[in-house]
Amino acid sequence: MTVDKIDKEKKIIKTIRIDVDKCNGCRACEVICSAFHAAPKYSSNNPARSRIRIIRDPLKDIYVPVYAGEYTVAECAGRDKYMIDGKEYDECAFCRASCPSRDEFKEPDSGLPLKCDMCEGEDEPLCVKWCHAEALIYEEREEEVDEAVEQEDLEIGLDSLVDKYGLEKLMDTVSRMLEKD
Amino acid sequence: MRYAETGFNLEIDLTRGNIEKVVTDPKDTELYLGGLGTNAKILWDRVPPEVEAFSPENLLIFGAGLLCGTPATGCNRTIVTTISPQTKLMAFSMMGGFWAPELKYAGYDKVILSGKSSDLVYLWINNDEVEIRDASHLKGKGALETAELLRKELNEPKAQVAAIGMAGENRVFYASVEQGRSSASRGGIGAVMGDKGVKAIVVRGTKDINVAEPEKYIELCNEVLEYIKFREENPIPGVMAILSRLGSPQEMAVHDEKWHTENFSWGNSRTRRKDFWTEEVAKEWEETLESARTRLISCYNCPMKCGATLSLPGLPTYMMKCFTKLTYTMGAFSNLEFGLRIAQKATEYGLDGYSAPQVMAFALELLEDGILTDKDFPDMPEDTEGRFYYLLDKIVRREGIGDILANGTHWAAEEIGNGAEEYAHNNIKKVEQLPLKLFMMNPIYYLMYCTGEKMNITQIEGQFPQAPFPKREHREKFVKDWFQVPDEKFKQYFLDWEMRGEKNVTPFYPTIEMTCEIVDWQEKMHYIDDALGMCAGLSSFHLKPPYHMHNFPKFITAGAGIEMDQDKLTQAAKRYRTLVRANNIRRGMRRKDEVPPADHWKKRFPELEKELLDTYYQYKGWNNDGIPTKESLHELGLDYVAEDFIKRGILTDGENLPGEDASSK
Repeated sequence: MTVDKIDKEKKIIKTIRIDVDKCNGCRACEVICSAFHAAPKYSSNNPARSRIRIIRDPLKDIYVPVYAGEYTVAECAGRDKYMIDGKEYDECAFCRASCPSRDEFKEPDSGLPLKCDMCEGEDEPLCVKWCHAEALIYEEREEEVDEAVEQEDLEIGLDSLVDKYGLEKLMDTVSRMLEKD
Repeated sequence: MRYAETGFNLEIDLTRGNIEKVVTDPKDTELYLGGLGTNAKILWDRVPPEVEAFSPENLLIFGAGLLCGTPATGCNRTIVTTISPQTKLMAFSMMGGFWAPELKYAGYDKVILSGKSSDLVYLWINNDEVEIRDASHLKGKGALETAELLRKELNEPKAQVAAIGMAGENRVFYASVEQGRSSASRGGIGAVMGDKGVKAIVVRGTKDINVAEPEKYIELCNEVLEYIKFREENPIPGVMAILSRLGSPQEMAVHDEKWHTENFSWGNSRTRRKDFWTEEVAKEWEETLESARTRLISCYNCPMKCGATLSLPGLPTYMMKCFTKLTYTMGAFSNLEFGLRIAQKATEYGLDGYSAPQVMAFALELLEDGILTDKDFPDMPEDTEGRFYYLLDKIVRREGIGDILANGTHWAAEEIGNGAEEYAHNNIKKVEQLPLKLFMMNPIYYLMYCTGEKMNITQIEGQFPQAPFPKREHREKFVKDWFQVPDEKFKQYFLDWEMRGEKNVTPFYPTIEMTCEIVDWQEKMHYIDDALGMCAGLSSFHLKPPYHMHNFPKFITAGAGIEMDQDKLTQAAKRYRTLVRANNIRRGMRRKDEVPPADHWKKRFPELEKELLDTYYQYKGWNNDGIPTKESLHELGLDYVAEDFIKRGILTDGENLPGEDASSK
């Protein structure tokens, strides 16, 4: 990934505070997320397209809602185990990356990465609105950050295609498609 | 494009190992909606009355509700339909959980099993790839254990598994199909699955479910969610706890069991213990539940937390919901700790939590009264708890007396004879009921107990308060925001219902006509839920529920793209409700079978009861023997049923009008 500029500036950071103890595992967050991001909006529903997932293992009492973050080319080397309150969590349970090691945060058809956009245009992310258990709480905070230009969906998708096929092949394919039109 | 539904059923012939994806007729969806409605149609078309529960020709249908997989809150039910070994009638048990939406996302509305596999198999449905796979390594495994093993074996932690335990494998007549925190328990559906040689159905789906009018649909969903929130903050005053809040009865959350333990019967549904709930018991039971319960949990896309994960020392973790919490405890005259511990085993074995403890209590009562003897129970422990564990194992293995008890109290009593029939006293249509024994006959409940074909009172009651409120001002307050009524007249019926005095008191109020209308409304809402896949805990079971006759038609229009209004929905529900009855009538069910347990009420009113049933049959368009008439069948577009009835001599041409009217024509 290329970064266009690095600068220190103040920025409103939108986050979701996740209380794993409150999650009841219903997956309403996945439902509304996938509906909101359908095209046209709300026209279809499919949790496999959702940008939030509950990592869920009921018999071990593990319920971790995770929302999609950055796309990553390669999985990380050491995947640790965390023991919290006597429960063993895989490090991946807390990881927001769309990563080759797992199915989470990828379009089921294309395999293209998905990323949470905090439901742009809505007052708050809809997963938060639909979570009556209050496991998801929307928070804004001001922070001084290294500002990088936010990538759009399309750019993230293209990035992953470049990683997969190489830039050259991708360019060739696009030109071929243009010729056909 | 098909909306809300996928438009495909998965047909699996287990004898030949043949798998087909079959397009369904959208016309059937319009007429019978989906879920129970279309299940009933398939059963009518393909399972004639000569086919028995354990015939290869019997079908086992797992039908997802029409709106399952859409964002409608709480819409997650799988309606499982087959011929029951226990009743020999059509069984339609349901389960919540996560299975139905997953099936829809895999691209199917139903899985229809026919034939029998000679070896134990499981089905793996992964979007378009469907396989019948060997399950010999899972023989005898617990239902939850099986689900865990299969998720690991297939490396699919997100797959949803519906499985049977040993009870299903050994065809116990009240074996369930278990699915995580949910189960389809009534009618021995698990036994049919076992008979077909299917240990589990595993589903994973990653496809879209579309809705017809997206913006409208999501608005309806949001309204429902908001109303749920409102109800959570505003419980209904003046009614018992389980009715004041939405959801299945919140048994996993509440500690106060005074009402159940003192009003429901213990043992073989005989003994009321009026001063049972002492402070000491309350404290002990609270500790038990608090230490066992790790989390309150939900079904798919539902904010209610009706289930719980339970971990008891030395036992594998399992999940529970609702009233199984107390059935083993009360059946064995024991405490909550015992009830939760034995329920863990029973859940893995896959047993109906209502029937199983009652069968065990029934057996022990027969022993106590000398109808069965010690010889029937070799090496049985002395204490009741120990005896329950002993019987549980005998039943699910069908060993010794367990082989007879595995057929339920009705058939066991018949086989044991010697007066044992008197001990199978708490059944409706051969199915064990909640252990509830009351004083005064209640006309609404009388009709529901008699004519319910789901064999469970909780699956027909709801909407209308169970009893009058003492003061008129309370009643006036109650009806004020009662917008769910399909007709304003129901408000008046309730307003005029007095607790005591000369006028408008039970059992002669509500009047027979009012009673018919109330019961019909209550039943209709359950049938609509069962076609759409909606949980009764957000709908038909409740007073003032989020889903009702005014928003359901809109959900169907915007969701499934079928133009719907109240009248059309009423007619559709009536159509497949009648088809359920038609299936049962064709199997011999008649008026004689439509009776509550004889000892359900102490004070009975035979004349009034007769008039109630006469009038209700007429109201429903059934003749005096409970058979839908030719005219009413015609009106519903069910002429094919009338033809079949006439061909079989169930109806004769010209003898189609209810009761007296037939002679005057």
